Amino acid sequence: MLGYVIRRLLLAIFVLWGVVTVVFVVVRMIPADPALLIAGQTATAEQVAELRQQMGLDRPLVLQYAQYLGQTLAGDFGRSYTHNVPAIHLIGQVMPNTALLATLACAVAVVVSIPLGVLAALQVNRMGDRLVTTISLVIQALPGFWIGVVMLLVFSRTLKWLPSAGLIGPQSLILPTIVLALPFIAILTRLTRSGLIEVNGEGYINTARAKGLSELTVVFPHAMRNALIPIVTVTGLQFGTLLGGAVVTETVFSFPGVGKLLVSSIQLRDYNVLQACVVVIAAAFVVVNLLVDVLYAYIDPRVRLSK
Amino acid sequence: MNTAQPAMAPPRARRRASHARVVIPLLVIGLLGIGAVIVPFLYDYDPLHADLLVRLKPPGTILTDGSIAVFGTDQIGSDLFAEMMAGTRVSLIVGLSTLLIAGLAGGTLGLIAGYFGSWLDTILMRIADIQLAFPSILLAILLVSVLGQGILNVIIVLSISNWVIFARVIRSQVLALKSREYVEAARTLGASHFHIIFRTVLPGCIAPLLVIASVEFGYVVLAEAALSFLGVGAPFGTPSLGSTISAGTQYLSSAWWISTIPGLLLLVLVLATGVLGDALRDHLDPLLRSAR
Repeated sequence: MLGYVIRRLLLAIFVLWGVVTVVFVVVRMIPADPALLIAGQTATAEQVAELRQQMGLDRPLVLQYAQYLGQTLAGDFGRSYTHNVPAIHLIGQVMPNTALLATLACAVAVVVSIPLGVLAALQVNRMGDRLVTTISLVIQALPGFWIGVVMLLVFSRTLKWLPSAGLIGPQSLILPTIVLALPFIAILTRLTRSGLIEVNGEGYINTARAKGLSELTVVFPHAMRNALIPIVTVTGLQFGTLLGGAVVTETVFSFPGVGKLLVSSIQLRDYNVLQACVVVIAAAFVVVNLLVDVLYAYIDPRVRLSK
Repeated sequence: MNTAQPAMAPPRARRRASHARVVIPLLVIGLLGIGAVIVPFLYDYDPLHADLLVRLKPPGTILTDGSIAVFGTDQIGSDLFAEMMAGTRVSLIVGLSTLLIAGLAGGTLGLIAGYFGSWLDTILMRIADIQLAFPSILLAILLVSVLGQGILNVIIVLSISNWVIFARVIRSQVLALKSREYVEAARTLGASHFHIIFRTVLPGCIAPLLVIASVEFGYVVLAEAALSFLGVGAPFGTPSLGSTISAGTQYLSSAWWISTIPGLLLLVLVLATGVLGDALRDHLDPLLRSAR
């Protein structure tokens, strides 16, 4: 088990290094000169040159890269050009909101989709199954930002039940959570269904039935344990989609989170903040996947023994 | 490969039902394709032309020139139906080009990595690992913010963020096919690598490629719309379904149709490709799992 965890940890560190490097390369490709952006239109050429020297932009790219790696490791992404505070502070302010939103969406998705998946699996190819499968297909095709706009129109503009923007209390979380959870619900429902159907023909399930156990006891402790394996993996993989979805959802609802910060940093050309947002989101994803891998090995001993 | 595929033919009624699952989505996509090509011409649609007298008219309004705005008009007085069809054009162009580029690049790399293995395979899969650490829309946003807006840039960016799926699926398919007897037979008979790759392995990759392509199409179309919605996709003056929906959010209380109706169209388009992908999956390879 320990060897497995260490291998996963090394892979995670490698991936994080890759992410940080890609961000460095991409941001350096931006045609705009960051020193010019900070100094402003009115600065003289000398002022800009001095700023470039201060920021280390005149040094060889390799040195810049080394310095950047060291700073990133320490959580230093430079200052925000527009707010003139360290970029990481801006992220620190909004990160808890996004984390809360993502966790809530995950929880809602699990609570809704596992019963739906079980229902569909128990009724394979009958009414209940058809209905659940069709609904999840439609949900998967829904443009997240559009359903957000439609919900705003219905629940806050027309019915005036819920606030339309910002984070002014628990009621502000309801619509963003639903919008973020929807695609997740579709995928988890399908997975629960197919996982349960797959284990249905196995010997130990037949044994459990032959012993005269109720269908509920057969499904939950017996079948579910094996059906859970793909569910856990995909939950981890989909967490990235969830974080990506947060970018769009937060923009629709003007929700103060990392995604909203990311989009506004693009509009303001605040590249340090953009860079920090991307690294933080990707890092969150890598860490969640590392946890999922470990959890996965814990649920299914075959995984940690195989390699 | 698992050999436990269902051996018996499906009953006729089910086969007909699964035919419908292929034909109907193809029909929908085809109709939208034709509409996307001709409707903007028929309406003489110009995205930059403003007609403020007829702005924000509800669906079904008869305009001054006697024509009926089926889905109403937008905030600058453009016919929403024509605008949506022009947007569909962008969706289809971006979707098809991205599939072509990402499919060709990812498919080729997957084929090479799976077939030759060794260090090439290791490098490719590590790159894939890094890339999968980015939520794909995040990578797209990052790249577009560097490259700048524009349809071509959107296609490039979405191809970069989607090739991995193709590479992974084709690679695992090649790994499975490589040890099949007919491939071994070709190798024993002294066939060149070229012959083995293109004549024996590649045909076996077509089915999963088609399935992934139809599923990915929907994702790509949604991603383009999302980028345009966020204001980093289609540039000003190029109507995309995403930017039309985005513009409509300013007028939710006075003109609900601008945001809602284009979204329905997007839903229909993506749903059609999703149903098609599912049907193809059942038809061609019941055991192929979603690559996402």
